Amino acid sequence: MKYAGLLVMPAGFFLSIAALALFPAPAPRVAFVLCGLGVEALGLVVAVRGHMEARGEGRS
Amino acid sequence: MTPIAPAMTDTAFALALALLLMAPLAIAGVALINTGLGRSRSAAQALLGNLAIVAVTAIVFALVGASVAGNLPGTPGSEGHILHLGAKPWNWLGAGPFLLGGLGVAPAQAQLALLFEFLAVAMAALIPWGSGADRFRLTAGCAAAAILAAIVFPLFAHWVWAGGWLSQLGVNFSLGAGFLDPGGAAAVHVLGGFSALAVIWIAGPRKGKFPKEGFATALPGHNAVYILFGCMISLVGWLAWNLAGALVWLHAPLAALPVTAINTVLSASAALVATFAVTRVRFGKPDASLCANAWLAGLVASSACAALVTPGQSLAVGFIAGIATPLLVELLELAVSIDDPSGAITVHAAGGLLGLLAAGIFAPQQGQLVAQLVGIATLLGFVFPLVYLLFWLVNRVHPFRADADGERIGMDLHELGGGAYPEFVIHRDESYR
Repeated sequence: MKYAGLLVMPAGFFLSIAALALFPAPAPRVAFVLCGLGVEALGLVVAVRGHMEARGEGRS
Repeated sequence: MTPIAPAMTDTAFALALALLLMAPLAIAGVALINTGLGRSRSAAQALLGNLAIVAVTAIVFALVGASVAGNLPGTPGSEGHILHLGAKPWNWLGAGPFLLGGLGVAPAQAQLALLFEFLAVAMAALIPWGSGADRFRLTAGCAAAAILAAIVFPLFAHWVWAGGWLSQLGVNFSLGAGFLDPGGAAAVHVLGGFSALAVIWIAGPRKGKFPKEGFATALPGHNAVYILFGCMISLVGWLAWNLAGALVWLHAPLAALPVTAINTVLSASAALVATFAVTRVRFGKPDASLCANAWLAGLVASSACAALVTPGQSLAVGFIAGIATPLLVELLELAVSIDDPSGAITVHAAGGLLGLLAAGIFAPQQGQLVAQLVGIATLLGFVFPLVYLLFWLVNRVHPFRADADGERIGMDLHELGGGAYPEFVIHRDESYR
């Protein structure tokens, strides 16, 4: 699950980059950059959840 | 193509050079804080690790990193590798000469930029070392630092400081002045903070930190004097760093420097006062190590925005950093099971992100906030996964974590054969057996 989250994060980065290349108008560009950040945040949350589950199983 | 910076006056050059020679005080301060926040039986290993990391990053950056960063305009290949996408140039990789070739004939300002990066890479690599305290092997720490100095830091530094695509967002996409990071909040602190998270995830928590039942165990730092004195030294280094950054990267006039210095002090001060108040209310007494963390978080936030905002705005940024610091430290430890002895994720990653956002919100140029958001998206979506992948690969070859015996007797005896305080009786935690 942690690795799935880490794989999702670059997708958000490429969404932000695509926003720059594809949308010259400010509004859709900002919206897509924010969506990219949202995807990255989602990936981070999934990775953190994966870390917490792994920790729960391996507590010392 | 690398933009041509306006010529620097001799006075500005001399001042920037003098400031950069004082910047290592920030490194010394962070090293002291890292050591103080660790346990006494690992203190010598921690401080030697800080010194070794500075040495390794200097050598690796000279051998490889400076070439990738490509910050020597006027030398062959300094324009970098440019990709054309959407009818725009994307300068994504530096291509400077190896082994600092051409340094002697490069313009003086370019040499200053390189010196700034030399110091910045050392600071960035120190940050994860502090988070791995009491279990991170010395050689593994040096290997992680070498990875940062050879690949990750130079790549991002090229994008931000050497005419790379992030710095050109203003020219190519009308996004303010492009991504702004004059004091290294992104290239040093957020990068270092995310590297710290990668180290913590890979190395795991200290033995006994998260028992099978009950709450996380408190493992307080062993020397509050180191921690607080480190904060004082850091202030001097940070002032030097922020002023030098304003001169080198923003080409600020000399008259703008006093405000930058005042903003740096205000940000740190507001953060400390806010955390002092928050911990006083929550725990009945102010917490020294959390106050130190907040002071540092305020300084980190100022790295992004001290040269760009007003004193009032700087106060607000520091105040927010100070309120967030103790809450985030508690959240990461208790709710997310992250064992971060130096608080690097809160201080460096979160503090840096706050400063970068503030620089975008308060900047007068239109589109600056979007440029800052794109930079943040790059750190979170590209830099962090890349660092994690590289550290994971290093860990497969050369494990980050010391064996159980090392943790039991302390990293000093295990790795160095002697402790930092030989006249002390070493306390072995029997619960580890």
